[in-house]
Amino acid sequence: MFVPFLYELRDRGVKVGAQEALSLAQALGLGLHRGTLDGFYEVARALCVHREQDLDAFDRAFAHHFRGVPDDALALTDELLQWLEQPAGKRQLTELERQLLERIDLVEARERLRRRLAEQRERHDRGNRWVGTAGTSPHGSGGIHPTGIKVGESPGGRGALEVAAERRFRDFRSDVTLDTRQIEVALRRLRAFVREGALDELDVEATIDKTARNGGELEITMRPPRRSNLRVLLLLDVGGSMDPHAHVCERLFSAASRATHFKELRTYYFHNCIYGRVYESAALMRGIPVLQLLQDCDPSWRLIVAGDALMSPWELQSSGSRWSFGEDSGAPGIAWLAHLAQHFLHSAWLNPEPAVAWYGTAEVIRRVFPMYRLTQDGLLEAVQHLMRGGGRH
Amino acid sequence: MEFRRFRGTDKYLTSSALESAVNCALALERPLLVRGEPGTGKTQLAEAIASALGLRLIHWPVKSTTRAQDGLYVYDTVQRLYDSRFGDGDVKDIRRYIKHGPLGQSFASRDRVVLLIDEIDKADLEFPNDLLHELDRMRFVVTETGDEVIARERPVVVITSNAEKELPDAFLRRCVFHFIEFPERDLMARIVRVHHPDLDQKLLDQTLQAFYSLRDVDGLRKRPSTSELIDWIAVLRRAGIASVELEAGMPFLGALLKREQDLLVFAEAASRGRRPRA
Repeated sequence: MFVPFLYELRDRGVKVGAQEALSLAQALGLGLHRGTLDGFYEVARALCVHREQDLDAFDRAFAHHFRGVPDDALALTDELLQWLEQPAGKRQLTELERQLLERIDLVEARERLRRRLAEQRERHDRGNRWVGTAGTSPHGSGGIHPTGIKVGESPGGRGALEVAAERRFRDFRSDVTLDTRQIEVALRRLRAFVREGALDELDVEATIDKTARNGGELEITMRPPRRSNLRVLLLLDVGGSMDPHAHVCERLFSAASRATHFKELRTYYFHNCIYGRVYESAALMRGIPVLQLLQDCDPSWRLIVAGDALMSPWELQSSGSRWSFGEDSGAPGIAWLAHLAQHFLHSAWLNPEPAVAWYGTAEVIRRVFPMYRLTQDGLLEAVQHLMRGGGRH
Repeated sequence: MEFRRFRGTDKYLTSSALESAVNCALALERPLLVRGEPGTGKTQLAEAIASALGLRLIHWPVKSTTRAQDGLYVYDTVQRLYDSRFGDGDVKDIRRYIKHGPLGQSFASRDRVVLLIDEIDKADLEFPNDLLHELDRMRFVVTETGDEVIARERPVVVITSNAEKELPDAFLRRCVFHFIEFPERDLMARIVRVHHPDLDQKLLDQTLQAFYSLRDVDGLRKRPSTSELIDWIAVLRRAGIASVELEAGMPFLGALLKREQDLLVFAEAASRGRRPRA
């Protein structure tokens, strides 16, 4: 009965394998599920899920597999809510649409959405009570709240399907964008230790060895402490189309600057594309020439660029934009990017936009820099790429 | 195969999912990995398992400098070196200088014990991987003496993590996993009752109301959790306060919000009159 369910889990990205299948079979053989579906839900969750990021996928798989429930309903709600939260993020909107949007009262729109969901529940209620739960539960009883948990119902009376359908673990999904702590955790993997500097640590092993060789006369041996030897150059795209992502970039910046394991971190800003200079402040003041930067930072520095890589095609072709104050940098933007990518042994481009939006200029830049999403998964991949030996993609 | 089922204790209330996870770990003899917000009782779970099953608890608090080897045994070379120079004790007997760590003690113990590896995420990234082999085989060799320490009774291993760091896949695969969710209001009321059995119902309702509203305030860096609520109620009772209202001047707010920024965020939310949803 449960083997197809395991494949369902795999399809949804929960990495279950033979080990999980065997443990689950063993647990069921021991009767740990008490012969009930609720018990099976609990046992399977304890054995197949290994991190809270997968709990949501597990819940969806369970709800889908054991009641054949379409799970797009909630995804749709998620999308709609996000869209309502961030109207500025939708650059595809025309001026007219934007005006229309501004006229809509957010509160009213949400109320309408809630009513529609309520209707939907009623329509589906006959014979299938769970869709109702999924449709409204994330909104609580009194309105919309993305992390809302249903209140006011006795927790004892709910079955596994209802619990699963509630999808309370949505917030832990790893493919949504990040908070500072998650970024810090990901960046912590970006490190390389070497022993160098003054000899100020007692090397116990060597001391004993030397002492023994010395016929028992104590001979102290010192060594330099282990220190991180990793230097990071962070370039952040600011302004314009990056405005909706400003908070993610802020978090990336604050996590990177708080990280104690970098030997050195330098952060500069640019707008859309890099021409001759990058800037010390987000207001694009105090520019420093890229060529000087390349002299200061040897190729072993890790280069991280964060930006949506979206701009007008001419911005890649021209040798200066209206942002560079009429200055001509002597080479087209794309050449500057390629120059940066070639100088450093390890570099990665983090893009806050979903991969489906990587078209146009992003497609071009992707050929120059390995591009990753600015999500927990994407950041981890990027960090792995940056730590890979040898370097150069 | 028979095993004693875990059903929580008088002092530790569990959910059915948590009991299932604990029983899976007991029956399959796998480590139980518990994650969840700070203050949701991850460490207390190990104590509850030990007391429910009548086993001794060995606590191994992990720190940033802890190495896997420390858990097995420590060879006190410096002491031996010292003894050799100042002639105190039998230096030839290396075993005198081998001290078992928490993992070693739990293997060497005559009876089954509960081993709590607390806050595993605090240690180095490689730490969990270094423990894999020993936790799997339940044995290790003391290289200095060639002695093998084999667990007579597999200890019940409970591992807690604050979800601060991603744990390695190979390690995760071997564990039974449970994520302690933040308790819903009914369960929370029962939990508070366990700690404050004679609490006035009106005060309980009010504090819970205030507590959950406070957790809903947007922008808090550290949301108050179960342990903070219990402490707060204790403080209120000590001070003889019989009723509370959710507002900036709430008594002993410091017991719930520990960061200065959070106090400011809350004061702002309260003064805007934007009462957070209950």
